Amino acid sequence: MIRFDAVNKRFPNGTTAVHDLTLEMPEGGVTVLVGSSGCGKTTTLRMINRMVEPTSGTIRLGGKDVLTQDAADLRRGIGYVIQQSGLFPHRTVLDNIATVPLLLGWGRRKARTRAAELLETVGLTAEAGRRYPHQLSGGQQQRVGVARALAADPPVLLMDEPFGAVDPVVRTQLQDELLRLQKDLNKTIVFVTHDIDEAVRLGDRIAVFRTGGHLVQCAAPAELLARPADGFVAGFLGAERELKLLSLTTLAEVPVERARVVREGEAPPRAGDGGPCLVVSARNEPLGWLDPEPGAPEVPSPVRPLRDTDSLLAALNESIASPTGLIVRVDAEGALTGVTARETIHEHAGRRHQEAARAARKAQEAREGNGRQDQGEETREGGEGPEAREHREAGSRKSADAVPPSPAAPAASAPGTSTPKTPGGAG
Amino acid sequence: MYELFKDLGSWLVSGEQWTGADGIGHRLAEHLQYSLLATLIAAVIALPLGLLIGHTGRGAFVAVNLVSFGRALPTVGLVVLVFLASGLSMTPVYVALVALAVPAIVTNTYAGMNAVDPEVKDAARGQGMRGHQVLFQVEIPLALPLIMTGLRLALIQVVATATIAAYVSFGGLGRYVFDGLAQRDLVQVLGGAVLVAVVAVVLDLALSGLQRVLFRRRTAA
Repeated sequence: MIRFDAVNKRFPNGTTAVHDLTLEMPEGGVTVLVGSSGCGKTTTLRMINRMVEPTSGTIRLGGKDVLTQDAADLRRGIGYVIQQSGLFPHRTVLDNIATVPLLLGWGRRKARTRAAELLETVGLTAEAGRRYPHQLSGGQQQRVGVARALAADPPVLLMDEPFGAVDPVVRTQLQDELLRLQKDLNKTIVFVTHDIDEAVRLGDRIAVFRTGGHLVQCAAPAELLARPADGFVAGFLGAERELKLLSLTTLAEVPVERARVVREGEAPPRAGDGGPCLVVSARNEPLGWLDPEPGAPEVPSPVRPLRDTDSLLAALNESIASPTGLIVRVDAEGALTGVTARETIHEHAGRRHQEAARAARKAQEAREGNGRQDQGEETREGGEGPEAREHREAGSRKSADAVPPSPAAPAASAPGTSTPKTPGGAG
Repeated sequence: MYELFKDLGSWLVSGEQWTGADGIGHRLAEHLQYSLLATLIAAVIALPLGLLIGHTGRGAFVAVNLVSFGRALPTVGLVVLVFLASGLSMTPVYVALVALAVPAIVTNTYAGMNAVDPEVKDAARGQGMRGHQVLFQVEIPLALPLIMTGLRLALIQVVATATIAAYVSFGGLGRYVFDGLAQRDLVQVLGGAVLVAVVAVVLDLALSGLQRVLFRRRTAA
C-alpha cells in the first residue's frame, strides 16, 4: 500500500505542484490520478519513486518511508512506465526489457530469458525482441514499456499517461490488456491520465485533482460518477457522466424476452403479422432484422448482438441504433438467448443510477462521524465550500477502507467517499 | 599555369621525392604523428570536460562558446608565444594544436549529450540507473555519433594546421611549404599544400565512412 501523509511539493520557482496531500492507494488495486494538466498528478506519481522529492510530508511504500531508501534501489523495486515509452533507442527491444534485471545483477542470460517471457506476456512476438524501438509502432513501443516495467516483477507499477500518445483504437486495446494483466498479476498500480473515460475504465479508485495540486475527491468510479463532490468534479466528469456510470454495469441483470425468430432460408413472415422478425442461422446465431411490411428492404438489416458481459451503455447505444428498439442478446458462444426492449434498458439504467447514488450516500453517512471531527481545525484558502473540504479530508482518509470493485460490480459493493453534491459549496 | 601543374605532377610522382629523410614518406609519417598525438592529448582533455558538462548540464555556456573562441585563436601567434616562453622544442607546436582541437571536441561532445532525449534519460533514472550508469549505458552510447564527429573535425583541423611544426624548424609536410617559400620554389610550396589537403580529405572520408558503418544499425531515434 502507498500512503501519502500531508505531502507538499513546491518548486523553486514558487509554484505549488502538490498541496497538503493525504491519500492512500490500496494494495493490489488500480488508483487513477486524474485532472487537467498542471494539477500535480504527475508530480504526485513521481514522488513515489523519488523522481521528485517532496518539500514536506511523508510517503510510505509498504510502510517504509521512501525518503529513507536509496533512490536507485527504490526505483528498481518499482515498475515505471512513461508517456512515449522512453525506450532506449540504442538497445534492442529484448535488452530494453532486460534493463532492471541487469541492474539487479541477474546476469545476461537469466535477464534475457525473463525478457523473452515478458515479450509474450504483453503480446509481442519473439521476432520483435530483436528489433530496435524505432522499428516498432507506437502501440508496440508502449507494450515494450510495460514489459520493461514488469521485468523484475515489482509489486508496484507507476504509469504516467502511458497510453496518451497512441490512437484511440490501440489505446482501447492496451487498456483491455492492462486489465487482463492486472487480473493475473494483482499489482498495486498508480495510473496518471487526463482522460476521464480511461480513468473510469481502469480505476478501482479515482483521485480527482484540481489545479494547484489539490485533491478534490477520491472514490470508486461508480460513486464518483453518481455523486461528484463538487461542481469542479462534476464539470471534469462531463455532461455524460450518467452514461459513463452505465459503462460500469453489465447487462447480466437485465431480463431477456423471447424474440420473434425466423430461420435463415425459411419463408419470411407475412406482412401485418407483428412487425420485424429476427433472422437466425442454423446454429442460432442472429443475422439481422427482417421487416415483412411491403416496401421494407428485403435483406435483413444488420444487428450487433450483445453478451451478458457487455455494458449497459453498449446496450443503450445499440437500442438507439436498432430499427425495432430491441437489442439482441447472445450467450458466450454467440447463440441467440433473446431480446430486450429499449424501455427495459432505460428503466434499468435509471434504477442503476439511483442505486449508485444511494450507495454513495450511505457510505457517506456511515462516515459522517469521522468526517465531522476535522471540521474547524483546518484553515484553508477561500473559494472552497466546506463540503468539498470535508469531503477531501474524508476521502483521503477513508480511501483505504473501500473495497475496490471490479469495473462491472454494482456500486453497492463499493463504499467509498462522497458528500452531497453542492456545486460551489455555500459557506 | 599549365607548366606549373606539369611540374607539380612530376614533383609529386618522382621517386626520389618519396624516399629518404627529406622524402614525402617520412614527412607524411611525421605529420601524422604530430596530428594524432595532438588530437589524442586534446581528446584526453576535452572528452571528460564535454561529458561532464553534458551530464550535469552545468557550464553549457562554456561548451557552446568554446568553439567560436577556438576559431578566433591565432594558431601561429600561439606557437610564437609559447616558443618565446619555453624555447625551441615541439611543445609550442603541440600546445597550439591541442588548443585548436579542444574546442571542437568539447562542443560536439556537449552537443551530443545535450541531444539525448530527456525522456530517455528520465526513463533511465526511473528504472533505477545511478548517475554513472545513465552516463555510460545511455548518454554516451547515444551521444557517440556526435562525439565521433567532434574527434574527426578536430583531427582534420589539426592535420591542416600541423604545417606550423615546420615554422619552428620541425618536420612534417609543412617543411615543403616553408622550405619552398624560402627557396622561392613555387612547385615545392604547392606540392606541400596539395599533400596536406589530400591527407585531410582522405582522413575525413575514411573516418566518416567508419562512422557510418558503426552507427548504421540505428538510424532514427
